[in-house]
Amino acid sequence: MDGNFVKPERLTPLQADLLNDFQRDFPLCPRPYEKIAEQLGVDEAVVLAHFQQLAEHKYISRIGAVVAPHKAGWSTLAALSVPEDELEEIAEMINACPGVNHNYERSHEFNLWFVVTGVDQRTVETNLDEIEAATGYDVLNLPLVEAYQLDLGFPIKWN
Amino acid sequence: MELSPQDKALIAAIEDGLPLVSHPYEAVGNMIGLSEIEVIDRLENLIAIGVVSRFGVVVNHRQVGYRANAMVVWDIPDDCVADAGRCLAELSYVSLSYQRPRRLPDWPYNLFCMIHGREQGAVESLIEDAAKIAKLADVPRAVLFSGRQFKQRGAKYSSAKVTEQSHA
Repeated sequence: MDGNFVKPERLTPLQADLLNDFQRDFPLCPRPYEKIAEQLGVDEAVVLAHFQQLAEHKYISRIGAVVAPHKAGWSTLAALSVPEDELEEIAEMINACPGVNHNYERSHEFNLWFVVTGVDQRTVETNLDEIEAATGYDVLNLPLVEAYQLDLGFPIKWN
Repeated sequence: MELSPQDKALIAAIEDGLPLVSHPYEAVGNMIGLSEIEVIDRLENLIAIGVVSRFGVVVNHRQVGYRANAMVVWDIPDDCVADAGRCLAELSYVSLSYQRPRRLPDWPYNLFCMIHGREQGAVESLIEDAAKIAKLADVPRAVLFSGRQFKQRGAKYSSAKVTEQSHA
């Protein structure tokens, strides 16, 4: 995992600014990268090249929209309790099911956690049924009741 | 809230990210039959009405060295959960704060938050701080650190569908 990891300390100040300063309120104008370039005192081509590098190193997943839960579709947080020696195999089976993302091992009796998405609640529940059928394990289904804070990004500190 | 077909197509078109070209909104518009200005206007509206909670750079925290990622869950009386959830949300190092249902007897926890850091020990200290500040020190909790990452995001779905990228 993460075989191409490069120490983030090696990032240039410009790259650090690009990572931290545009997590929200990305410019909505015809040439957003030019606007960022003006703010940082460099050329648009430099901004594009640096974002390209950050993407290639997987420091950024994407530049895009984080959709609020249940506003444009449906999702739930789900978990399974799986014997350690089956974990990898079950994780792969779950990844093959529709709508699955963010699939992580976690340190608990419920040791496999993932998000299941779909166009609506019924689709998500059908996807959960499919996961139970494929894996033979009961799914803990924990849909959002209320969000007190949404994903608004957070600054990366470099020490 | 039912989104228009154009808004659904737009969200799907940028699911893998805005292209790194001089006129990215024009490029997105070309994929779905909208003009550059229509793409910009629709995105502004989706942000204004809260469908898009943020629009910008999505950092891969593991890759920049934030490898201690804790999901902290609390079993708190239902009539206190909103106050505690809002209090946690105020803390700069808490990145999500959600109420979710209990599933007794297996799962007694109803309040979830995420705390990310570079090292497990540092994150454990932050959790202690958060518990004191939110008056949750005596509330049963569990801390679930992430281990192996089997998938971060799904593959791109059919462009007719809107998928949520989530949290946790």
